[in-house]
Amino acid sequence: MYELIKFVPLIPLIGFLTVGLFGKYLKKEALIGGIASGAVGISFVLSLIIFFDMAGNSPHNPYIVPVFTWISAGDFSVNISYQADQLSILFSLIVTGVGFLIHVYSIGYMHGDRSFYRFFAYLNLFIFMMLNLVLSSNYLLTFLGWEGVGLCSYLLIGFWYDRKFDGVRITWTGDAANKAFIVNRIGDFGFLIAMFLIFLNFNTLEYTHVLDSASSQSSVFYGSGLMTAITLLMFLGCTGKSAQIPLAVWLPDAMAGPTPVSALIHAATMVTAGIFLIARNSVLFALSPVSMEVVMIVGILTAFTAASIGIVQNDFKKVLAYSTVSQLGFMFAALGVGAFTAGVFHVMTHAFFKGLLFLAAGAVIHGMHDEQNIKRMGGLAHHMPTTYKTFFVATLAIAGIPLFSGFFSKDEILWLTFSNGGWFAWLILATAAFFTAFYMFRLLKLVFHGKERFDHHKVHPHEAPKTMLFALVTLAVLSAFGGFLGIPEALGGWFSGHPNMIHNWLHPVFSDAETIILKYAPVHSHPAHIVEYLFMLISIGIAVGGILLAKKFYEDEQWAMPRLLAKKFKGIYNILWNKYYLDNFYFSVIVDPLVTTSRNLLWSVFDVKIIDGFVNGLANVTTSGGQLVRKIQSGIAQNYATLMIGGIVVILTWLLISL
Amino acid sequence: MTALLLTLFLPLAGSILLLFVKREQTQLIKTGALVISLLSFIASVFLLFSFDQSNPGFQFVINQIWVESFDAGFRIGVDGMSMLLLMLTTFISPITILSSFYSIHKRDKEYYVMMLLLQFGMTGVFISLDLFLFYIFWEIILIPMYFIIGVWGGKNRIYAAVKFFIFTVVGSLFMLVAIVWLGHYVGTEIIKNAQGFTTNFMVIRDVSFNIPFDIQKWMFLAFALSFCIKVPLFPLHTWLPDAHTEAPTPGSVILAGVLLKMGTYGLIRFNLELFPQSAFAYASPIAWLAVIGIIYGALVSLVQTDIKKLVAYSSVSHLGFVVLGIFSMTATGIQGAIIQMVNHGLTTGMLFLIVGMIYERRHTREISEFGGIARVMPVFTVFFGIALLGSVGLPGLNGFVGEYLTLIGAFTSPFLDSWAYSIIAASGVIFAACYLLWMFQRVMFGTNDNPQNHNLKDLGKQEWATLVPIVIFIVWIGIYPSTFLNISENSTKALVNKLELIKFGKAKYELPTEMDKIKLEKEQNILNTK
Repeated sequence: MYELIKFVPLIPLIGFLTVGLFGKYLKKEALIGGIASGAVGISFVLSLIIFFDMAGNSPHNPYIVPVFTWISAGDFSVNISYQADQLSILFSLIVTGVGFLIHVYSIGYMHGDRSFYRFFAYLNLFIFMMLNLVLSSNYLLTFLGWEGVGLCSYLLIGFWYDRKFDGVRITWTGDAANKAFIVNRIGDFGFLIAMFLIFLNFNTLEYTHVLDSASSQSSVFYGSGLMTAITLLMFLGCTGKSAQIPLAVWLPDAMAGPTPVSALIHAATMVTAGIFLIARNSVLFALSPVSMEVVMIVGILTAFTAASIGIVQNDFKKVLAYSTVSQLGFMFAALGVGAFTAGVFHVMTHAFFKGLLFLAAGAVIHGMHDEQNIKRMGGLAHHMPTTYKTFFVATLAIAGIPLFSGFFSKDEILWLTFSNGGWFAWLILATAAFFTAFYMFRLLKLVFHGKERFDHHKVHPHEAPKTMLFALVTLAVLSAFGGFLGIPEALGGWFSGHPNMIHNWLHPVFSDAETIILKYAPVHSHPAHIVEYLFMLISIGIAVGGILLAKKFYEDEQWAMPRLLAKKFKGIYNILWNKYYLDNFYFSVIVDPLVTTSRNLLWSVFDVKIIDGFVNGLANVTTSGGQLVRKIQSGIAQNYATLMIGGIVVILTWLLISL
Repeated sequence: MTALLLTLFLPLAGSILLLFVKREQTQLIKTGALVISLLSFIASVFLLFSFDQSNPGFQFVINQIWVESFDAGFRIGVDGMSMLLLMLTTFISPITILSSFYSIHKRDKEYYVMMLLLQFGMTGVFISLDLFLFYIFWEIILIPMYFIIGVWGGKNRIYAAVKFFIFTVVGSLFMLVAIVWLGHYVGTEIIKNAQGFTTNFMVIRDVSFNIPFDIQKWMFLAFALSFCIKVPLFPLHTWLPDAHTEAPTPGSVILAGVLLKMGTYGLIRFNLELFPQSAFAYASPIAWLAVIGIIYGALVSLVQTDIKKLVAYSSVSHLGFVVLGIFSMTATGIQGAIIQMVNHGLTTGMLFLIVGMIYERRHTREISEFGGIARVMPVFTVFFGIALLGSVGLPGLNGFVGEYLTLIGAFTSPFLDSWAYSIIAASGVIFAACYLLWMFQRVMFGTNDNPQNHNLKDLGKQEWATLVPIVIFIVWIGIYPSTFLNISENSTKALVNKLELIKFGKAKYELPTEMDKIKLEKEQNILNTK
């Protein structure tokens, strides 16, 4: 059954080729959308079959399915080959499952678009690349997927290439697309060098070989500079793809793309590739305590920073984008404290609720005729009841209200951050969680409640079509109940021994890393369940606190309180409004000096003046000859031929004489 | 053997035949040139099918003495490395001739004569097994290329043509001196043949490592200078942007597609194979220049306002990878370099074709003149995008395979003293994305505001025909490069064996043919006696 895994990426590829090459002739939207969605649907079914098979016999080792030799030269050889294990199948299910829903949603969302087929071709290509990323059995094929999803992200951010988009030094959507691609390339550079180091030291790029030999020689590698270098470089790649500090700047601008793209690529799947990569290499990260520390710190800082920016934004999608950056920070924090399962669990629940939030946002934007400013919305709950209800469910989930999916995963992360990472790390993360609850309910209030602040003559909000609602409702169900896959032991232990299904499922993948951490950096003592309950109560308190504050602030139609605060703390407000000036910093410190130097020094001085000046000086001697040539244009052939042949003759004669 | 001769001489015969066609019969001239060039391609395909990949040595060898008195001969043959470049030449040539149909509007007869002569010369360079013959082919190319730039080029064509000529001639003079010295030294000091002189490559390469380093290094440097100008290696590159920008589209395509590869090919064939000890000694400085070139070329591309000049500077960057791979002196790196030569020929060639197409429509190449072209030329956009992504080095397309192998070769090389080469060079992939995507954004996306761009026509049939074959190979090499890598694998390994043998006293690879083992033993003996 595991052999089926090679068809999982293949079918979306066929979908891409069919829709991409023949989409123009297929004409009917339903047909194009059907083919593309169907391809992803089939992949989902195949993943399910493998999943059930795997659930039946819970193999401890990955099953490798080689397809063909990809690149082989000298000592280097790497295959196109796929790997079926618990981690890859879980991601495959998320990608194809959520992917399928978003494909269906897009049929409604993109209705009437000039480039309808192009959109679906790109989406299918994206799914293909993403599946390569997660199913690959080696670093290089993952890298292909890694860059491939980056390409699709680029193509889809700039999908409406003739539309304007507002951002720091961004005028067109295409500028935002470029920014995404280039910032990601900086991260990819890290990934690339990490791969070189891995190949140099392990002589292979196959995951199983590298990870097995690393964990079997853990005493040699633990804390070594090599492991730290490899993992930090890899993590640089993750900060690019998963939008963490210092490379987080591209994701908010990626909102220039159509909303289903934001949901699929920039919330549910692609941006979690960084978490996947660390999870896949958990052994290597476990071997480097320094890198783990770095991952945790970056994760926590990003979670906090992005959440704080999210509080003041007024663009519907940008609030969600900062929220995504922040939630990804939570996941990295989890990985950094060694809670690999919790990180991956949050990837899953986040895919549900954040995918849903974006799709609901898309439904709102669709219904509001491309309006994205939440200050010009309000009272939409009556106009789009289903969208509102699903959005509400997702909001509860992300805020961390008990029993909704986000509660379980986020609470686990907070708890483990406290018990493994210390109280300070927990405090920052908890503050970020508080911000999250606040900005989400701010969003909910401003968009769906209160007075209708839009122009009734121009805008007539309406509920989304059925294809879109289908995706919303399905995701709402998952957002509500998906968390039960990972009931914490402290709670579920009353009912059965190991209630945390996700933990059990991923155990074979992370057991090596967990063993290493236990062996070299044991957590001193596990606090009692009672402490865990206490923290659970605290995190519920935080969520409710954030919600109540937002309610109080925005109940009042004048927004007197927030306005007062913004005025009073103008400095802080400006920092947040300008996203901590990170974009401006990069432009003035890196981009501008580089371009100026290239233009004014390298090109105009070095190339033109120094090198060419030198050569031209030499050539002045020959210029007289050149002048001659200029006058007798057509005669040059013979002249030069004669000269050449003459030269050769002279040389030959000289040779003959001298020998 | 016949196929090899046909591949080589068909273009020459064609160019002579064209001389007898009346100037007015342009259609006949065009079709004739294309047919001949295609026939040469077909001959090379036959050659490829009878080529034995497991044999690392030269095949289809013709060894005909020509100038008895200094043992110069008509000696030709191909091994895996030259096979790939030969195929590149015969593949690119018909495409450029086809592209000339819509970009050359004057003096057709002379033009196509020159093009075929050029093809003859390029083919010859890649298959010569005699230094004298090699030199003749090397110089033959100069003449048609000089005229193609100087007669059919842009505004500053004369300046560019003269600059191209001077740069190359300076290099070749050094090479000529080195050839004479080498032939003389080997003839009198080592093999001591009757003439006291030889230009037979197959003889020289088996013994040349016995030349004392103090002498060898000068020969190495002379060859290297000539080849590095051609590549071009930083800081010898300034002729290239001018030549590229001023040359007509097909000229640029040939220049980027094939001509530059003569330099990198020469570095492998002569510098590595004939002067291994010097190669060890000079690997680091050359690799540094390559790395500087990668970054420098990319940075200068970043600030170009003319699309063609941008692509031209990107060549400096891309060929840096090739040189780095070559001087890693590992099988991985050299294989990467060879495939990167092919890649650069395809993608940069294609980019020049694309720039040419837009130039034909608008007679300008200034980036600021464009914007929003995607709306009026959707098919063109797709082709442009593919070439661009190949050039950026996106995995799954050709450029990635070459860049990756050269980098990993340099990273794992026992001959290079540092990881820094690969690490700095790898940062070039970031800049490549910057300059190409910025240009693409400004030309293709946004709104189509310039009235002159409102009615641009999308690609015609002939334009399709020139681009589709290249796209096929861009994808093919990206997904299944083994087809191509396998051709040169064993020849590369044989070369690396020789290098490792001389440096570390031990060959690295088991090679499949008996013949090569014998050769290795022979070399071992020579080493022992030294």
